[in-house]
Amino acid sequence: MQLTVWTYEGPPHIGAMRVATAMSGLHYVLHSPQGDTYADLLFTMIERRAARPPVTYTTFQAQDLGRDTAAIFKDAVAAAYERFRPQAMIVGASCTAELIQDDPGGLAKALALPIPVIPLELPAYQKKENWGASETLYRLVRALSGPPPTADAPPRGEGRRPLCNILGPTALGFRHRDDLIEIRKILDGLGIDVNVVVPLGATPADLGRLGEADFNVVLYPEIARAAAQYLEKTFRQPFVDTVPIGVNATIRFVEAVAALAGVDPAPTLAGAPSRLPWYSRSVDSTYLTGKRVFIFGDATHALAAARIAATELGFKVVGLGTYTREFAREVRAEAALHGIEGLICDDYLDVEAAIQASQAELVLGTQMERHIAKRLGIPCAVISAPIHVQDFPARHSPQMGFEGANVLFDTFVHPLMMGLEEHLLGMFREDTEFHDGVGPSHLGGLPRAIAEATVQAPMESPPTPAPAPILLDAAVASTAASWAPEAEKELRKIPFFVRGKARSNTEKFARERALPLITVETLYDAKAHFGR
Amino acid sequence: MNAHAPLPTSDCNVEIRQERGQRAVFCGLTGIVWLHRKIQDAFFLVVGSRTCAHLIQSAAGVMIFAEPRFATAIIDERDLAGIADANEELDRVVTRLIERRPDIRLLFLVGSCPSEVIKLDLSRAALRLSQRLSPEVRVLNYSGSGIETTFTQGEDACLASLVPGLPSDPTDAPTSLLVVGALSDVVEDQFARLFTAMGIADVRFLPARKAGQMPAVGRGTRYLLAQPFLADTARALEERGARRLPAPFPLGSEGTTGWLQAAADAFGVETERFEAAIAPGRARAATALAPYRERLSGKRVFFFPDSQLEVPLARFLARETGAVLVEVGTPYLHRGHLAEEIELLPRGTLVNEGQDLDAQMDRCRAARPDLTVCGLGLANPLEAEGLTTKWSIELLFTPIQGYDQAGDLAELFARPLLRRRLLEV
Repeated sequence: MQLTVWTYEGPPHIGAMRVATAMSGLHYVLHSPQGDTYADLLFTMIERRAARPPVTYTTFQAQDLGRDTAAIFKDAVAAAYERFRPQAMIVGASCTAELIQDDPGGLAKALALPIPVIPLELPAYQKKENWGASETLYRLVRALSGPPPTADAPPRGEGRRPLCNILGPTALGFRHRDDLIEIRKILDGLGIDVNVVVPLGATPADLGRLGEADFNVVLYPEIARAAAQYLEKTFRQPFVDTVPIGVNATIRFVEAVAALAGVDPAPTLAGAPSRLPWYSRSVDSTYLTGKRVFIFGDATHALAAARIAATELGFKVVGLGTYTREFAREVRAEAALHGIEGLICDDYLDVEAAIQASQAELVLGTQMERHIAKRLGIPCAVISAPIHVQDFPARHSPQMGFEGANVLFDTFVHPLMMGLEEHLLGMFREDTEFHDGVGPSHLGGLPRAIAEATVQAPMESPPTPAPAPILLDAAVASTAASWAPEAEKELRKIPFFVRGKARSNTEKFARERALPLITVETLYDAKAHFGR
Repeated sequence: MNAHAPLPTSDCNVEIRQERGQRAVFCGLTGIVWLHRKIQDAFFLVVGSRTCAHLIQSAAGVMIFAEPRFATAIIDERDLAGIADANEELDRVVTRLIERRPDIRLLFLVGSCPSEVIKLDLSRAALRLSQRLSPEVRVLNYSGSGIETTFTQGEDACLASLVPGLPSDPTDAPTSLLVVGALSDVVEDQFARLFTAMGIADVRFLPARKAGQMPAVGRGTRYLLAQPFLADTARALEERGARRLPAPFPLGSEGTTGWLQAAADAFGVETERFEAAIAPGRARAATALAPYRERLSGKRVFFFPDSQLEVPLARFLARETGAVLVEVGTPYLHRGHLAEEIELLPRGTLVNEGQDLDAQMDRCRAARPDLTVCGLGLANPLEAEGLTTKWSIELLFTPIQGYDQAGDLAELFARPLLRRRLLEV
């Protein structure tokens, strides 16, 4: 068993629902107990969809367990077919139904419906949401994309524009809607036509046309790489899975796609397609240099954010991690480039501990990191699912492409205190309105009390949630030098966002030299030793 | 658990139908969302799957930025391999939790569908852990699984698990009043003041706000249900010798009066004193309700099943605001506890117990009600079809009981109608 306060991913059948809900003409019959329909509100409330997801639940109850739950399932499949008349169906079990082993695939097959019925095996006690989405997409593509082309099939039409499929956007995906708009714009600019987008907006019949494309574009490898690999093997379609988040990544994406399509990328890359490079070079951004940033999310978004932070905004990446175990190697490799160790975990408490230890000035993470950052009083921006309703905005808000880079510049910088205020706080510490106790005034200046409490007294158990495993400084503190009162007072003059780092550096400095007492002198000696 | 008692009167004036099929309702785990705030030093540890963790987090979690007092022990493959191992694992998880949260005094091990299906004996685990952690922490267990409980029945199961451990009144103790069901703090305080004004001195509330302050029960206990979904809790209280005071539920002015009257009758409160105690509240409720009567009168309302609050709410809307009831869906109808409510429903009201989702949606679409009360999974899709909806979960998260909330309760139903009138886009 695993103690879980927050979970980064839902169970795998949620992933299957995301694929089914993204498509039309596909119905999902899910063998599940009463109550699992909560998943509907992810789509109707968080994503604000205007229709119920195309999912029929068997919603069996305890009284049904004594009877024939298999019959309930068969009836549900038959009724769903009658009512919705889908082009194809997927059938599967949720975690509880997996335990009672009714074999949804076999039962549905016995009904001999006149449409393809695709059984899903989603091991709920081993796998999670993104895996479920990936597996479902792979099964759908395998079942519906048709037989491989025969050797004597006619070659594709001469003189037409290159044609590609876009794989990956789903329902409930973080900014998938707007990413797709940006990618379509880029492809159109390159002179490439889009054959089918899968799964968002596709029908089962559309999946039958996948083979007509020249190549595939994988936008979200977590979800679509497996399907792309199948298509590569079966239809000999190469694929691009460079994720175009950030200016450099988008340029690499454009070049890779152009190479596959045999078109010229230069016109698309000409001019200044994104405002990020200029905004980032403008002197107003100088104060962003070396800001300590902690990054966590799904692998796709965390990797992209790390590169943008380090090479496009000039931040210092002090923490990088993902809950996507399938991409652990990539994340570790990227972390190594920043001189840190990648954090591969889905335990919220461990992420919390790592953020606290990193002394970050900015957290780029998921909805869960917003909880942590709020508690620690650190500015935070959301870069990845899991997300809540505010991250399905009405306005156009892509992460991908050149417009996505504009959005990301604004998003990453917004939570930070603005330059002038930061300078003034460093100079004048006794202002009654603008002082350490309040947050950035452009954000309404919320109290910073909690942050101070944690940074000030790492040994005392923080308010209610006493995160026992978080006492990273425990061993340290037992041997740590004590602070002279005037040194402690001097420390308070250091701006809050670097004060934690200054404190730990000074203590480290004192420890290495076995100094029993930290004086004002020690503080400045340490400052000279470490630099900022 | 959901066995049906026979109807108290065969010639009741409402039509009760039963329906089976797909149900769009929450499971009992959802009760944790408000219970973890009501009992301030309790912690709810769900023993279940990632689905359970995801459910609670989706229903509440992502909106709550303070550290919650709930978590999930997620069962994995290794636990499924053998039961003995699962018990050791549970002990390990609980130990880690208690170390992390030494402020916990009461720990609920909450059963889920997976833990029920693999027959993990959480009651024995609770006993074992209670012995190990006492006296600092008491460990109880109940089931919030979807196969056994629907939404608010999770609170019923939770409170029922508290009852055997409640202190005992001495046999010769004078009669006391127990109010059962989690109420918002403000409503609880209002009721306490009203009972004091009526001269009922010894009034207790279940659940209490602290684990160490749970009320005593005994043969002298008379209890009032503040919520309609407390079948098992009531049964457990009866086993401890307590007696229920039959009453409608304290929703709206009429319901509140009937509810208070039941206590007044049982405790021999004189009519004048009772009238004097309730007069100010009743007058305020009348004032507060008047404008909503105008706005809701004649509006046709359709209830999808959700919390078992539907029948009392329908009674309130029909009798105090003049709304017309198209269909009153309820996940489960306790004939005994709701007898007073059913009596008050307008003649001919259709009460639908259970659900066959698609069929019920067809009926709703055909009836085109002015207002549809339903869960969040249905609300936006029905709005998109042009129906005005009131999402029902809000009724559990808002103070709605008592005289001083009667206007607020009506406002919850009037607001979506007003909004539809206001929006010009």
